[in-house]
Amino acid sequence: MSTTTEQLSATTLLRFATAGSVDDGKSTLVGRLLHDSKSVLTDQLEAVAHASRNRGQETPDLALLTDGLRAEREQGITIDVAYRYFATTRRRFILADTPGHVQYTRNMVTGASTAELAVVLVDARNGVVEQTRRHAAVAALLRVPHVVLAVNKMDLVEYAEPVFAAIAEEFTAYAASLGVPEITAIPISALAGDNVVEPSANMDWYGGPTVLEHLETVPVSHDLTACHARFPVQYVIRPQTAEHPDYRGYAGQIAAGVFRVGESVTVLPSGRTSTIAGIDALGESVDIAWAPQSVTIRLADDIDVSRGDLLAPADDAPAVTKDVEATVCHVADQPLSVGQRVLLKHTTRTVKAIVQDIPSRLTLDDLSQHPAPGRLVANDIGRVVVRTAEPLALDAYADSRRTGSFLLIDPADGTTLSAGMAGASFAAVALPGAGEDPANDDAEWDF
Amino acid sequence: MSTVATVPEGTVNPYALSHLDSLESEAVHIFREVAGEFERPVILFSGGKDSILMLHLALKAFAPAAVPFTLLHVDTGHNFPEVLAYRDRTVEKYGLRLHVASVQEYIDAGKLRERPDGTRNPLQTVPLTEAIQQHRFDAVFGGGRRDEEKARAKERVFSLRDEFSQWDPRRQRPELWQLYNGRHAAGEHVRVFPISNWTELDVWQYIERESIELPEIYFAHEREVFNRDGMWLTAGGWGGPKEHERTETRLVRYRTVGDMSCTGAVDSDATTLDSVITEIAASRLTERGATRADDKMSEAAMEDRKREGYF
Repeated sequence: MSTTTEQLSATTLLRFATAGSVDDGKSTLVGRLLHDSKSVLTDQLEAVAHASRNRGQETPDLALLTDGLRAEREQGITIDVAYRYFATTRRRFILADTPGHVQYTRNMVTGASTAELAVVLVDARNGVVEQTRRHAAVAALLRVPHVVLAVNKMDLVEYAEPVFAAIAEEFTAYAASLGVPEITAIPISALAGDNVVEPSANMDWYGGPTVLEHLETVPVSHDLTACHARFPVQYVIRPQTAEHPDYRGYAGQIAAGVFRVGESVTVLPSGRTSTIAGIDALGESVDIAWAPQSVTIRLADDIDVSRGDLLAPADDAPAVTKDVEATVCHVADQPLSVGQRVLLKHTTRTVKAIVQDIPSRLTLDDLSQHPAPGRLVANDIGRVVVRTAEPLALDAYADSRRTGSFLLIDPADGTTLSAGMAGASFAAVALPGAGEDPANDDAEWDF
Repeated sequence: MSTVATVPEGTVNPYALSHLDSLESEAVHIFREVAGEFERPVILFSGGKDSILMLHLALKAFAPAAVPFTLLHVDTGHNFPEVLAYRDRTVEKYGLRLHVASVQEYIDAGKLRERPDGTRNPLQTVPLTEAIQQHRFDAVFGGGRRDEEKARAKERVFSLRDEFSQWDPRRQRPELWQLYNGRHAAGEHVRVFPISNWTELDVWQYIERESIELPEIYFAHEREVFNRDGMWLTAGGWGGPKEHERTETRLVRYRTVGDMSCTGAVDSDATTLDSVITEIAASRLTERGATRADDKMSEAAMEDRKREGYF
């Protein structure tokens, strides 16, 4: 294997999302990351230059690189999330490029649901605005582990440290109060290239990493030994061949934690227990496997296990319940109403359910809470109480993004209605500065 | 070798997966979701590297059992003979079932008309969508990758198609976490793209890591070609070269495998996987930009074809 190949292989993958309105310079930042990491190739640039000339534009419009749909190019706006790919010698990246227009919430939820990191852009001239609070709230709600505050357009405020420091302090305090675990603030100029890929000569007062350097070094895996191990069964593998007459393996992707051969596990919702007899990691037998590996687990006992079941350590299994309390982001154009019959997809299990209550709706603009709205419409975030026809082994989303998340689906036409996050909301935490009366914090934010 | 030992040295966390392991795990998860939720899935198999990669991932996903899917090849009638031979060898080797939808048969029956430019790639849509209806396939795996083309960058992993196989990019379901929604009405189907998040380089690195056999045309070899619109096309019975076009022997290889009438070869002396990877890592041209004429027809060529049911 050549050195090049070795270097390219020894990389991890970081999934991240960008958030920012059109004027914050998101396209410029994305363009610069792609361009400076040499991910825009000659023929793509030529195609953009050609299309730009056809429109009578003198300089190539880099937005044409990313606006892939006819309607997007015609209107000059980004309609839908797009995923982009770039790499450095240290890491490979999947960027969820989320549009900043009015349908921001469902788009950002879509992008943030798989992201390990979110970049929130702020215009240095405007500081923390309503939109910034909204982005921070969605990142907190989705439990994105790392948030980068990119204070952009520093060139337009004379690269002044106090401007950056004030914005960073305000945002960090706000986001921390929402429960965002890690915030890194970076002063940048996406247009001039300051601190995006190259360190800025204009801000020698800043000693931190560039955006790319941070993306390259932020840890992507967590201390799995501290996580509750969870294995949703996707598919039962039974070859029934002469070579493998008795093979029965439970195939799935480990959702969280670590599983070891010899470990005692409980099958949920039935509650039966057995021991892990073997783990097959895509063709090879292993003693230990961890999230997010796709493996096949064999059990010592021939018990009833099928798609939709969950394996968990016998001494660390989640409770099963038919009553789900959650925060949902409503992503469909058709509303979600109290009394509505829906399907609930949780890990590999889809069950019938009914919306029993919608106790409150959150307005992200000012984080105010409206009691008993009766229904949720597109881009609304609210608390819901759902009763399911069969028990679910559900974790709190705060403990596990994978086993604490679910979809609500319209049984009539299959539309994905809502993205659900089980358990208490981030906003159960008191929010200094957002709720004016500290005495009312609990009532105010416990939605 | 155990999986534990493949964790790259020098990483802080021993549980960090390499990017190839992450992509592999995700793709396998998608294959198993489809096997668990659909009645009649099929893998589109052309003998090109992306579909070969998909088949390899499917074999790993269900081992030691057989792949629970059939294969479907839309044969344009202008395919490379080496690729068809590879296709048939592979089907035989793994005991798979292959359906072939033939563009030539449609032309012979008068149901499709040859285009003036001789390109058959856009003609695949009708045989493809009719085969899906005829066999009542409810999930159709494609090897499309989002890095290939800007319209494909907008494609979901699970993409609902109506009874006419049409794609409506403005009415796509949001895709959240790894919770893929495969609900569909009778007559509708879902296109599934398990390698959406792979890049061309990822595909090649994985092929090298897993020692996957490929058709020979992916590696440098001497070939009779002629130049049309800046691309080196293989001379053959499909309609080239024309009178004014001059054939010459060049050392070339293919980056993509498609219809001979619109898939160009690139000058290359890369005869091994390692040298192919080095070449691609250094290339300043995208895979499709370098070799596919059909994408150059208009700014929205791919989007327009996808809307009609192309994969």
